[in-house]
Amino acid sequence: MSDQPSPQSLRTEAIETLLIEKKLLTSTAVDTVLTTFSEQVGPMNGAKLVARAWIDEGFKARLLEDATTIIAEYGFEGGQVDKLIVKACAESVHHVVVCTLCSCYPWAVLGLPPRWYKDPGYRSRIVREPRKVLTEMGLTLPETTDIKVWDSSAEIRYMVLPLRPEGTEGLDETALAELITRDAMIGVAAIKTPS
Amino acid sequence: MDGIHDLGGQPGYNALGYRRDEPVFKDRWEATVFTLVRASAQAGAYTNIDQFRHAVERIDPKAYLEHGYYGRWLGAVETLFVEAGILTTAEITERATQMGADPNDLIAARPNQTKTQTTGIPAKRNPIDQAPWFQVGDPVQTAQTSPLGHTRLPGYARDKRGLITACQGLWPYPDLRAHGHGEPSQYLYTVTFNSLDLGFSEAFELNLDLFEPYLNAIETIQ
Repeated sequence: MSDQPSPQSLRTEAIETLLIEKKLLTSTAVDTVLTTFSEQVGPMNGAKLVARAWIDEGFKARLLEDATTIIAEYGFEGGQVDKLIVKACAESVHHVVVCTLCSCYPWAVLGLPPRWYKDPGYRSRIVREPRKVLTEMGLTLPETTDIKVWDSSAEIRYMVLPLRPEGTEGLDETALAELITRDAMIGVAAIKTPS
Repeated sequence: MDGIHDLGGQPGYNALGYRRDEPVFKDRWEATVFTLVRASAQAGAYTNIDQFRHAVERIDPKAYLEHGYYGRWLGAVETLFVEAGILTTAEITERATQMGADPNDLIAARPNQTKTQTTGIPAKRNPIDQAPWFQVGDPVQTAQTSPLGHTRLPGYARDKRGLITACQGLWPYPDLRAHGHGEPSQYLYTVTFNSLDLGFSEAFELNLDLFEPYLNAIETIQ
């Protein structure tokens, strides 16, 4: 590893300093972004929706019918969501989300996307061989489970409502939310029974 | 436009690079780029997300693959600042060089590169005050086209047959608004494809949200 700053890092800093001099950027703006996307906007928001849907059938029905209104009620912000659609996994159906043209992602409920979601491997292959890709990512689906892929090609954002694992009957909403992972809400992982 | 960004179905990118845990920003400069993009919108360097996406699509294709997501954003935001007349390539390069950059470094931004007075796929009608052309259950065939401008019809789903499974109402039309033609609306539909009809060998269902100008009516889906 070299300690030299990367060319991208230097060019970024060049633009940053020029904009600060032109008063188009404040020197604290980056810290605000770091705080917002590490503490306020992230997959913990989506996890709240999933946990509630697992214990409240009426809420689940509303979430599947009109998730956009629900995230407004929860006050989730972070941009990138004009309309949110939630797709529920079932024993016979598995959903998975991608954006092949760029990296559209439901920021308000999942935060900023992970690196692999934005890289060419996932974007090129999940629409060509999803079962194989999911297996490589550690999610082996039964042959009898149908796969539905959602390529976010417009401004609608998609989130997956994963299956509730067995052995979680005694857990309350908060404990359930802690089990729910970002990757399960993208559709590349299942929620595991807590050990 | 056709280009490196249109990755769906493309062969050769085998590695997934999957990691369960990683920081939101790997390096501080990535968070800075994120902030620069917000600042560029506030400064009026772009007014809608399709202009930003088109700026990403126009960056150097080698940089697109090698510089990662925030490297792509860096190229796009530089393109937008330069095209808006807020910064010049020369002053950015001069400042970066003062900071220790090599003047021969690959610069991702390509202002004005392929930015023609064009559009993506042309609109066929103004649908305001008119009903959607298609209904749920209608079979459709997607356009066979390679527009010079921005479009949200991926290459892998062109000239393919699918079924309308939802009408999502009127939305700003990316193929026009990316090129400064205001915010005209078009109907958006969810179109469901059988992967075998897309030419893939694994069997699954593929859904895309596609605008009316991308779609042609057909009698039946074979």
